[in-house]
Amino acid sequence: MAKEPEVTRELAREEGMTSEEYDRACALLGRTPSFTELAIIAVMWSEHCSYKSSRVHLKSLPTEGPRLIQGPGENAGVVDVGDGIVAVFKMESHNHPSFVEPYQGAATGVGGILRDIFTMGARPIASLNSLRFGSLTAPRMTYLVGGVVAGIAGYGNCIGVPTVGGDLYFHPSYDNNILVNVFSLGIARPDKIHKGLARGPGNPVIYVGSRTGRDGIHGASLLASAEFDAQSESKRPTVQVGDPFTEKLLLEACLEAMKEHGIVVGIQDMGAAGLTCSTLEMAARGGSGMEIDLDQVPLREEGMTPYEIMLSESQERMLLVATPESEARVKSLFEKWDLEAAVIGRVTDTGRVRITWKGRVVADLPAAAVADEAPLYERPETRPSWQEEVQRLRLETVPDLADGNAALTRLLASPNLCSRESIYQAYDHMVRTNTVVRPGSDAAVIRLKGSTQALALTSDCNPRYCYLDPAEGARLAVAEAARNLACAGAVPIGTTDCLNFGSPERPEIMWQFARSIEGIGEACRALEAPIVGGNVSFYNETEGKAIHPTPMIAMVGLLDDARRALVQWFRREGDVVLLLGEPAGSLAASEYLAVLHGLEAGRPAPVDLRRERALHDAVRSARDSGFLASAHDCSEGGLAVALAECCISGPDGALGASLRLAPGEAGRRLDALLFGEAPTRVIVSTSPENRARLEALLLSADAPFHVLGKVGGNRLTIAVGDTAAVDLDVGDLRSAWRLALPAMLAK
Amino acid sequence: MKFGIVVFPGSNCEHDVYHVVKHLLGHDAAFLWHKDAGFTGVDCVVLPGGFAHGDYLRCGAMARFSPIMGAVRQFAERGGFVLGICNGFQILSEAGMLPGTLVRNAGLQYLCRDVHLRVERQDTAFTSRIKLGTVLRVPIGHGEGCYYAPDPLLKELEQKRQVVFRYCDVRGEVTADANPNGSLHGVAGVVNERGNVLGMMPHPDRCAEEVLGNAQGRRLFESIVHAWQQARRNRL
Repeated sequence: MAKEPEVTRELAREEGMTSEEYDRACALLGRTPSFTELAIIAVMWSEHCSYKSSRVHLKSLPTEGPRLIQGPGENAGVVDVGDGIVAVFKMESHNHPSFVEPYQGAATGVGGILRDIFTMGARPIASLNSLRFGSLTAPRMTYLVGGVVAGIAGYGNCIGVPTVGGDLYFHPSYDNNILVNVFSLGIARPDKIHKGLARGPGNPVIYVGSRTGRDGIHGASLLASAEFDAQSESKRPTVQVGDPFTEKLLLEACLEAMKEHGIVVGIQDMGAAGLTCSTLEMAARGGSGMEIDLDQVPLREEGMTPYEIMLSESQERMLLVATPESEARVKSLFEKWDLEAAVIGRVTDTGRVRITWKGRVVADLPAAAVADEAPLYERPETRPSWQEEVQRLRLETVPDLADGNAALTRLLASPNLCSRESIYQAYDHMVRTNTVVRPGSDAAVIRLKGSTQALALTSDCNPRYCYLDPAEGARLAVAEAARNLACAGAVPIGTTDCLNFGSPERPEIMWQFARSIEGIGEACRALEAPIVGGNVSFYNETEGKAIHPTPMIAMVGLLDDARRALVQWFRREGDVVLLLGEPAGSLAASEYLAVLHGLEAGRPAPVDLRRERALHDAVRSARDSGFLASAHDCSEGGLAVALAECCISGPDGALGASLRLAPGEAGRRLDALLFGEAPTRVIVSTSPENRARLEALLLSADAPFHVLGKVGGNRLTIAVGDTAAVDLDVGDLRSAWRLALPAMLAK
Repeated sequence: MKFGIVVFPGSNCEHDVYHVVKHLLGHDAAFLWHKDAGFTGVDCVVLPGGFAHGDYLRCGAMARFSPIMGAVRQFAERGGFVLGICNGFQILSEAGMLPGTLVRNAGLQYLCRDVHLRVERQDTAFTSRIKLGTVLRVPIGHGEGCYYAPDPLLKELEQKRQVVFRYCDVRGEVTADANPNGSLHGVAGVVNERGNVLGMMPHPDRCAEEVLGNAQGRRLFESIVHAWQQARRNRL
């Protein structure tokens, strides 16, 4: 082996450390770190692993609730859902790898989040993905969409965890930096929850799963913690390659091991920064130390250096600490599943992680100091100079709507509003036979076997709102997620966020980030949906141009009765259609202005969180009383689009409706009435028999509502006053909506 | 009655089948590990869906070499009921226990959605409680479910009435539009000559209870139970 390079300030910079961070590392050790130690510290202190720029802000998020068992800081959050079941969930990003190599990037993103769930002792039962792509005409974009979807499908389908929903959004700000955020949820018995900690001096540290190779080195430090440039293609070797079959075996073997009492003391997956992160974090969490012998690590190829072994991000590997007497049992369990299990070290009480290789010590580091005492940055924030300008909307230059039919048809066939069926059909969304409401409604609903209850899952974020007003955009994202759950009949029990932003080293980005956190915190508090964990992804920018701020919100809700989950589409001819909330919407920040006028301006209509909460309560209590046949969130595209979706999004074909909107105050624009956007609006349908009782319930709940018309026939007609603003065949509309995405992707 | 559900490395639907036969129908069920060379006391063997051995080679090509498959073959030869669903069908076809083969979907994409099936025979153990010509709505979830057999074999299958389920539209018409994967003759499920081994790409295990919005698949499992009870009565 070639001689290890000499550790210098210069070398530290190449490993991604600043000069100050290097000094801090030297001071911490009281000496110059060895080459391997430098690499370990550099990756542990990378933005991706240490959250050094975000921690000061994240602290303000609400992380407590009556059902919360485990908040942020573990591999995933844990929430009690009753009936002896806990839900374990989290969302993570895999943005840069997916841009460099879409199939493997997305696939290993799914693999990583699944490991985070089953490492807690929970069996994953549902996944979501939130995808943000650039404009479909941008270079490589249809290739990236195809690759990402195929990667998610390839991994998720093979491992047998249903992908039950998510969201997809296109915007030019992602042309050179797409977002792939993946969410997974598992369930467990409360007493089977395991944590990523090392305890008990003398306990064996066991490496299980795939062998370690040279793939993925520097994934966390260099790929995830730096912006993109023209050389990004050369980073392809830092993307890992996924093997869902091995992960399936690992999942079954780990769950089997954790099911047996008293075998597994602690367990953690080897994700970002592989063996480095798992050894140091487990030791730090357990307040213990570890002796690791790298000669015992199963390797894929010969001649790997300690540096490479410690930094490899080879997939499908776990580290577990067992009791001494169960060592043989662990080995035989993994052997059953044709997996390797190697004892690579022991737990110690020294508080240090000591790593040997070929008989010599290559690293000896204080675990807690390296894992928990990463630098903490309060980075400067500045409101962007352009913020005020983009918030100014000059509607007088925009002519009012001439043809409602053409506008509605065009919107429903536009990238952000058209049907996602061609995407979710590529995902197995039914395996494990829990899917009560499949993809295509406001929230997916999965029943819990052994209970009458069900969970509703959704993810949301409108990046345009967040760009135009980061704090309001974040509030709106949380409000919409909670509204989607309410539309399924569920009450929120926990939230996980995935915060995608540009470079934190730029004050404008930090300003966006800090405002977003404020918005999320405020809305999660008001809607009682605490944050159970999440992920921050910075450096989503290329050559100085950042993505729109994208704080993705995934929320989990609980339904007391799986059989009474609601869907968004109209169900029966003759049902009465009501709008809960106020008809007035705003064209500011709307999809309508973007699609029809190429305008992205104004401030999104703000959310009154108290009214929002009251609306959700009203929807839930109407459902509890059995008055609702359907409920649909009215969001992007405004009232007309939401009403059309109620008509055309059902699995059994389209159902028409004849509806009437009040023209509103004099001089109000038709386009704003039909396509203006605002929070706190839900469209419901009810049977004629239940109508009076529903109205009485809404009146007593002080929830404003407007009766819009009736379901029936094969046309959607929307009259405004006495003029027919929309009159379309719903079959045609459904076809335009369904066929749009496949046609755009085929180009 | 006791169902034995084979678990290969990479099986995904073993719990789904177990749930149907055990919790919904109230019968006994046991998992059969693929490395075991034998089993006893089982009245019907189910090969569930999934990606046995990752399907990295041809689907089912590795699984057919698992030790359990020798025992499954002997069980079938003695007249035992064997049901292969999705990946289970692919394995049975690779093992030569069913005619024909499953290749890549005509659209080249994995597809997860509901399809309609027309029941072509009532005189099999798997359809004994379903009327001839019934149109069932059942989900599929596969990328390699296009049924292929050479012409002479297809003719023979039709002659011997081995096609049990065919893809059709909601009215029961077998059309190209209603065929999700390009299967020849719209074949969604075939039975062996003796009638005791069935393979089907659609998932009756995914539509066996009302809470999932569809309980039609349950009738297939009830048919097996009915046929088994009949056979036992005849033996007595």
